[in-house]
Amino acid sequence: MHMADALITPIVGGTMWISTAGIATYSIKKLRLNLDEKKVPLMGVMGAFVFAAQMINFTIPGTGSSGHIGGGLLLAIILGPYAGFLTMASILTIQALFFADGGLLSLGCNIINLGFYTCFITYPYIYKRILNKGYTRLRLFTAAMIASIIGLQLGSFSVVIETLLSGKTELPFSSFLLLMQPIHLAIGIIEGLVVASVVDFIWNTKSEIIENTAINKPIGVIGFKKILIILIIITALTGGILSRFASSNPDGLEWSMFKVSGQEELEANGPLYETLSTLQTKTAFLPDYAFKNTEVDKSTSFAGLVGGFLTLLLVLSMGFILKRFKKRKKVNC
Amino acid sequence: MVNIAEALDNIRLLDALGEEKSTVHALHPLAKLFVTLVFLIIVISFSKHEISALLPMVLFPTIIITLADLPVLPLMKRVLIVLPLVIGIGIFNPLLDHRPMVSLGAITLSYGWISFISIMIKCLLTVITSLILIATTGMTNIALALRKLKVPKIFVLQLLLTYRYITVLMEEVILTTTAYALRSSGIKGIHFKHWGSLLGQLLIRTIDRAQRVYTSMCCRGFDGNYNTGTMPTLVAKDYIFMLFWTLFFIITRSFNLPMLLGTILTGVYP
Repeated sequence: MHMADALITPIVGGTMWISTAGIATYSIKKLRLNLDEKKVPLMGVMGAFVFAAQMINFTIPGTGSSGHIGGGLLLAIILGPYAGFLTMASILTIQALFFADGGLLSLGCNIINLGFYTCFITYPYIYKRILNKGYTRLRLFTAAMIASIIGLQLGSFSVVIETLLSGKTELPFSSFLLLMQPIHLAIGIIEGLVVASVVDFIWNTKSEIIENTAINKPIGVIGFKKILIILIIITALTGGILSRFASSNPDGLEWSMFKVSGQEELEANGPLYETLSTLQTKTAFLPDYAFKNTEVDKSTSFAGLVGGFLTLLLVLSMGFILKRFKKRKKVNC
Repeated sequence: MVNIAEALDNIRLLDALGEEKSTVHALHPLAKLFVTLVFLIIVISFSKHEISALLPMVLFPTIIITLADLPVLPLMKRVLIVLPLVIGIGIFNPLLDHRPMVSLGAITLSYGWISFISIMIKCLLTVITSLILIATTGMTNIALALRKLKVPKIFVLQLLLTYRYITVLMEEVILTTTAYALRSSGIKGIHFKHWGSLLGQLLIRTIDRAQRVYTSMCCRGFDGNYNTGTMPTLVAKDYIFMLFWTLFFIITRSFNLPMLLGTILTGVYP
């Protein structure tokens, strides 16, 4: 479910980055208030645990296939929502840096999709609400299952919205939704079962680990509404401001170009253009290849193809020459 | 990211590369982070039907890979692993958008195919460049850059600890799953009955480990601060690096350089 950079626009990526930064800052503030620096090493090692546990194949009974865990809900249960969210954020950062699993610009999207909904929506509003009535095995399984499923549904719905807002895909909203939601329903069920089995095991063997965060201590009334409001305001504001830049033009860069040069696209006029066009008539190696009077479309395609090909060739040979040059320098040393 | 041994291998490779010495490695981490982010923003800001104008952007990864002596194949392998996800969503474009966009002789490419190719190029460029950042900078230096950007120390410390323990816990997971596999012939993966106990035991061991880590950190004088040592300052070469590439990216974004080149060489005005 990791979003890739190639599928988003800077506006969507930027908005989600700023929202993530807002929630992370809030979480850090909350952590500082309640904590105990003791939790930081636990967060670090737990992050590494989830990272490694994501790679375990859990065989799905009755089928030949296997499932994996996402980890957001489990982290919230063990560490609490604030530390859980931050830990999830660092896992996703490392995945983006080392595995290109989700890009750097789409990191904000991924942290919201995989960390926010589980830690700040389904954990407090579903998991804890159900388990607050007292621990039973049935309640635990129900709570973990519903929380996982809804968390993943919200996450994958976000993926659809973010991709569609970026406009890179032609997929219509409904088809995209039909493609994403059912798959994540299945993934959610497996994740819910794994999380419930683990929590059940821990509850029976070393219950003190989850007592604090899972059942007894209320997280407090404050926080969640506030954080939701913060998120909505931040998203609306940044999205609004950023899309302002983009609304009159396809992107912010053209907007800034307009501001800088006073024109939307730099027109080819003036002495430089004259010189270039004279140069062009002299250097054109295919001067008779005159599409000029035929179809504009074809000629542009041809010029683009030749230019693109040559650019690539130029760029790669620059790399090659540089390498040769470096080698020679090394030999001389 | 399914194969755990491969993942471990990948982390070790990038870690080793990050420790190398080269002109690129010697640059300030903040300068590299900045240029990488500008690169990524510019690449994804190109319109979805743009191909030729994107191509000069290949110069950045090419130059950095060469200067830093990075192995190309392992990096490309990562791209191949990520690509299917992007293809999965991108492939709908040629299926859904048949409007013809360009024709070259007998071949006519639709808007859908053009945007699909454009997404693929963007994926290739963004993935390679993100990997290059870590392969020329290393995690510790990225953390330094983050601290310089005033990212709260709790987050940076936590990020570094996670990173530090990933290899340790991956090894533990490999040991556990191998031991499990050896004792349960014929079962692929972990059987439903053992989900809770297997992962639960690992979790309990992890928490014990965290306790030991914390105790040893305290024994060595941990006071909640992560001492990153002296932060190098940005020097002239870092500013030149940032300025040069930023300018190059902006020029590439503002003018379609390959089209200009093609126009000059073929004598065709669009």
